[in-house]
Amino acid sequence: METETCVQTSALNLYYSDFQALRSVSLAIPRKHITALIGPSGCGKSSFLKVLNRMTDLIDHCRVEGQVLLADEDIYAAAVDPIMLRKRVGMVFQKPNPFPMSIYDNIAYGPRLHGQKGKHQLDEIVEKSLAAAALWEETKDRLKKSALSLSGGQQQRLSIARALAVEPELLLMDEPTSALDPISTGKIEELVFELKRSYTIIIVTHNMQQAVRISDMTGFFLLGELVEFANTNNMFTAPQDKRTEDYITGRFG
Amino acid sequence: MSKIDAGAGSQAGAQAAAGAGAAGSQKGARATSRTSAKVIDRIATGVFYVVAAFFILLLASITAYILYKGALAASPELLSFVGDGVGIQLFNTVYLVFLSLLVTMPVGIMTGLFMAEYAGSGFFVAITRTCIEALSSLPSIIVGLFGFLVFIQMTHSKWSLWAGSLSLAIINVPLIARTTEDAMRSVPRSYYDGSIALGASRWQTVTHVLLKASIPRIITGMILAAGRGFGEAAVLLYTSGMSSDVNFHDWNPLSPTSPLNPLRSADTLSVRIWSLKTEGIAANSQQIADLAAAILILLVFVFSLGSRALGRRLQKRMLSGN
Ligand SMILES: Nc1ncnc2c1ncn2[C@@H]1O[C@H](COP(=O)(O)OP(=O)(O)O)[C@@H](O)[C@H]1O
Ligand SMILES: [Mg+2]
Repeated sequence: METETCVQTSALNLYYSDFQALRSVSLAIPRKHITALIGPSGCGKSSFLKVLNRMTDLIDHCRVEGQVLLADEDIYAAAVDPIMLRKRVGMVFQKPNPFPMSIYDNIAYGPRLHGQKGKHQLDEIVEKSLAAAALWEETKDRLKKSALSLSGGQQQRLSIARALAVEPELLLMDEPTSALDPISTGKIEELVFELKRSYTIIIVTHNMQQAVRISDMTGFFLLGELVEFANTNNMFTAPQDKRTEDYITGRFG
Repeated sequence: MSKIDAGAGSQAGAQAAAGAGAAGSQKGARATSRTSAKVIDRIATGVFYVVAAFFILLLASITAYILYKGALAASPELLSFVGDGVGIQLFNTVYLVFLSLLVTMPVGIMTGLFMAEYAGSGFFVAITRTCIEALSSLPSIIVGLFGFLVFIQMTHSKWSLWAGSLSLAIINVPLIARTTEDAMRSVPRSYYDGSIALGASRWQTVTHVLLKASIPRIITGMILAAGRGFGEAAVLLYTSGMSSDVNFHDWNPLSPTSPLNPLRSADTLSVRIWSLKTEGIAANSQQIADLAAAILILLVFVFSLGSRALGRRLQKRMLSGN
């Protein structure tokens, strides 16, 4: 069955000054699927995510070459406004990062930025986003309380809800569970799995079991290169590349 | 009192420990150095207690003395808002500091925000920062004379609340700028990234997230700035003037004797104390000065306690949402 492509990179190179962190990466991320990116630390997974929402623009001496097409539109074209792009491509970070304001204001932050002012609409968005992040039941009676009063796992779900509130086409998650305990991790994994009904998700993970549990596709990075990109089951049962096999059998990394 | 007892007690303890240390020194060198470190630690702790107790006592006795003299001098007439009553100066002080903060806070916050987020770290910023630091360490009387020259002589106007407020702002803007810059720089980078990733512009991120997260510290800066305003005399002598002609029944800000008119001259509590002590000729100058001093101390006390409580409330609201 043919699946639609959400985002596609071709011959993507990324340099930090003289150091090349991504080497000719070409891959097509399928829409409404979960794609996991694995690989040892420093192989360029986070850099790859930052290319997709142009957070690379914020880094001095960082240069991107090649093409990135989001829904067939070149996101590095001169006419593209990175701010509008980031509304379409949400991001969840390794460490939960709720703003020091109320739960409600955290979720409403994005929609308000993009011009949503109506109290009624905001209420609706907040409820919908929190519910989508499986956090509504726990927070509906304390929406006015500071987001910093939540536990780590709840804070990460809040970060996810906050990203969902602007209705992105693509959600990037950079090791979203690496700072969490196993129970919170389980909840986030369940949640991510649920979200793929409506969202395209790229999740960077250090944890290969996690990739197996939740992802449809897996990409393996090594030293800035995309070594292998395949259906998750195939990758973990019959890796095509020797280096992939060494990595997933724990021979290095 | 209990502080002093504690100090004395721990000093006695230190002496005992010193004795033990001397006895221990006959055993191995290693044990000696460990014991002597302990002894030094105890002695230092004792010294700190004594020093702290001394200053607490000093502060308490000065405050008590001033309040006592003030209470002796207090009378309904001197506590009023007419004639010699220091109510006038109390109002002037609060109002002048308020007007001054109205200028200081936006200018100081914008300056600090610019230095923290937009100025980068080049030559220009280094110069700006040096200038700001120099400005904040100018002697008050120089700022006062500068204010007199610029706000009064050059504008051909008379002593006024505005001139005083602006001169006071010259001293306080650097403080607020510095506080804001430090506060913004200490906001975690993850807030910045989180906001940008949601499609916020840099300006939106700075004003909606970074500045908000900095509010508790900026309030602390504001308390310090206001405190400086309450106590300041030298800056105000030649700018807001040494007399007031007010009528507390007239609240139209445009009328020349209205308390609210920012263009009228106004002496604050500190300035009144200074003028009474240097050139007061009335028989009760001494009493008025005593009372003004007591009221000034009370004002500073109430203000710092109040604003500290407010700051803590805000902080708590941000962290726990209560
Ligand atoms: N801002 C930066 N400046 C310079 N080098 C960087 C920067 N960010 C990452 N790198 C380097 O790029 C490489 C890839 O980093 P990253 O994408 O964070 O890897 P991963 O997320 O896979 O651990 C690493 O060698 C890292 O040191
Ligand atoms: Mg990383």
